[in-house]
Amino acid sequence: MSIQSHAAHGAQSHGQTHTLSVLVENKPGVLARVAALFSRRGFNIESLAVGPTEYAEISRITLVVNVEDHPLEQVTKQLNKLVNVLKIVELEPAASVHRELILVKVRADAAERHQVLATVEPFGARIVDVSVDSLVVESTGDSAKLDAMLRVLEPFGIKELVQSGMVAIGRGPRSITDRTLRSVERAA
Amino acid sequence: MTEQARAAAPGSQPHSHGSQRAATPGVPMTGAQALIRALEESGVDTIFGYPGGAILPAYDPLLDSARLRHILVRHEQGAGHAATGYAQATGRVGVCMATSGPGATNLVTPIADAHMDSVPIVAITGQVSSSLIGTDGFQEADICGITMPITKHNFLVTRPQDIARTIAEAFHIAATGRPGPVLVDIAKDAMQATTTFRWPVEMDLPGYRPVSKPHAKQIREAARMIVESRRPVLYVGGGVLKARATAQLRVLAELTGAPVVTTLMARGAFPDSHALHLGMPGMHGTVAAVTALQKSDLIIALGARFDDRVTGKLSSFAPDAKVVHADIDPAEISKNRVADVPIVGDCGEVITDLATAVRAEHAAGRAGDYAAWWSMLDAWRTKYPLGYETVKGSLAPQYVIERIGRIAGPEAIYTAGVGQHQMWAAQFINYENPGTFLNSGGAGTMGYALPAAMGAKAGRPDATVWAIDGDGCFQMTNQELATCAINDIPIKVAVINNGTLGMVRQWQTLFYNQRYSNTTLDAGPGVSAAGGAAVPRRVPDFVKLAEAYGCVGLRCESPDQVDATIEKAMAINDAPVVVDFVVHQDAMVWPMVPAGVSNDEILAARGMRPVFDGGDDE
Repeated sequence: MSIQSHAAHGAQSHGQTHTLSVLVENKPGVLARVAALFSRRGFNIESLAVGPTEYAEISRITLVVNVEDHPLEQVTKQLNKLVNVLKIVELEPAASVHRELILVKVRADAAERHQVLATVEPFGARIVDVSVDSLVVESTGDSAKLDAMLRVLEPFGIKELVQSGMVAIGRGPRSITDRTLRSVERAA
Repeated sequence: MTEQARAAAPGSQPHSHGSQRAATPGVPMTGAQALIRALEESGVDTIFGYPGGAILPAYDPLLDSARLRHILVRHEQGAGHAATGYAQATGRVGVCMATSGPGATNLVTPIADAHMDSVPIVAITGQVSSSLIGTDGFQEADICGITMPITKHNFLVTRPQDIARTIAEAFHIAATGRPGPVLVDIAKDAMQATTTFRWPVEMDLPGYRPVSKPHAKQIREAARMIVESRRPVLYVGGGVLKARATAQLRVLAELTGAPVVTTLMARGAFPDSHALHLGMPGMHGTVAAVTALQKSDLIIALGARFDDRVTGKLSSFAPDAKVVHADIDPAEISKNRVADVPIVGDCGEVITDLATAVRAEHAAGRAGDYAAWWSMLDAWRTKYPLGYETVKGSLAPQYVIERIGRIAGPEAIYTAGVGQHQMWAAQFINYENPGTFLNSGGAGTMGYALPAAMGAKAGRPDATVWAIDGDGCFQMTNQELATCAINDIPIKVAVINNGTLGMVRQWQTLFYNQRYSNTTLDAGPGVSAAGGAAVPRRVPDFVKLAEAYGCVGLRCESPDQVDATIEKAMAINDAPVVVDFVVHQDAMVWPMVPAGVSNDEILAARGMRPVFDGGDDE
């Protein structure tokens, strides 16, 4: 199985980041196999997110890697050799939705609280925790949006920040799990 | 992330529902009994192993098995290499078994070795009981974690009902696609618990789908390029042996008339006596083979992987060649050298289809004309044949190896360790048959030869098996002589004893100003290491060592004794034989392309660079 392009033609240039959706069997140690493969082959992971899918026996790993086009082919071929890997799809930016989640603890006393609220509001962010002199802001979006929000929050004083790996899904009606599911169903 | 599956309640049904549908009614037994039954049902006849606490439950039913021969080794590394030798000599999956912790970690080297050379073995290790896993229990080691990068796949089994299916899956993965080692780590309590054994089992490997059938369009394109090329070379790798495609290869070679080179892992895949054969390419390949690749306009790589020891400096390798690359592992294609025509498939099918497509080209009046190419190739191989110098009054190691090859003949199986003797064994023995030269190619594992010979002889008791070993390599695993003597595995070991780590010494001679740092193993008889009065000694005395292990020990120190000594060893078939060939220490392996250097810089002998003006040799 070679890498399948989810979009017809995405605008990709050399050395750019690529977003890979990797469907894997939901079994112990699979994440370690994927992560170890990247480190021993000298591939760099920029972001990684793992979670369940609509099928209990399948997990989905979203990987953002920064490589030249030729090594990307090596990455996907080597990933495909892992027995627990079911399918790999590259999600082109133009044809998919990419999201990260961020939680930011901002310094803000009662006087500043409304200022922070007004600042993050255009980003569609929410306040999910309030204390005497701090707030926790939750926001989702692509990297550019989250970076922009962080820049405007910075003057208030960022006490702590945590960010998820990127998750991504293709636009349109097709589902990358369709064909994979059939093979899993047959075996299960 | 994927830890949910592990939380399945104890005693729940196996993930594979297939076993419930199997026609054979279930038989209640322990997990250990299920393991032994599954091994029997998988067609295993020989296991090389070593017991210990965590694997003990498996050894009990093993005692009652009439179908499994367990060979008790002296070190787990020996078991691993023996399984590899068995697999390479027979084409079947080799099996080794060890206990947890140090038993398992002693298998790491042979597993890494088998992984580099794509040898199908299944390693079974006991693991501490599942309740102890992760607690640093006695003799606990995370062998699945340790072997993750050096296995094709591995399994940790903690439930008795998973044992039989996992064994079936392990053998399937090891033997299919690109072969390789698979480790099955089984918790002790899973072996002790009761389960229901059913066979056959349905495998649960949704992500494992090796491709074997090549793409017809790519095959036609490759055939077209073959007949259009002027300077083609069939670059044959170990994949052709793994695919048992040597007969097909011969058909294709003779059909096209193209020259053939066989890599270290492919020696024996094409007869050395064949006129189309130029020998081995690479760092110590023949001038003709190295130069043919270098000057070719089309490389047809069959089950080979453009290893750095073959290509030399990659950026200057075969600059004018287009590449057809056929391999069962898609990740090998365009990994090191970009392929113009990639073909993913089993070498047997690829070569058969290629021959058909070439015939179609011929039928359409298009055939390759390689007459000019052959006149160049013939000139190179005539002018730069393999050879060696002899030093009067001493024994040349190449001569010893050459004579063993002549006397034991092409039906014998030869194994080699790693170093000078390995290269000479690849160069000076003529291989005519597949599966007759076993060595550690990718990993370069010293100590491979003797246990691999043991495994080969156990799998092919009809064959004469010679381990061509160095005195350095031999001392890494020679305790398996005891295993051979006790289990009636009469191998023959030629210790090419130069008293030094010869290949390292060669590099010190050439690249380190003859500063022989820590490469002298034994200064030889009559020389005291302390520099005092000369005391007759050999450390160790390989003849005495052989005798201590219940083997026959012979010694040969001069050229006129060589044939008689080999013939004497050949006549002994009721015990292992060790021959101490005391050879001179300054012999070097030639030709040579120094590491990291272009293949254009090949040296036919020390200080002698061939001249290839205008494609001719003069």
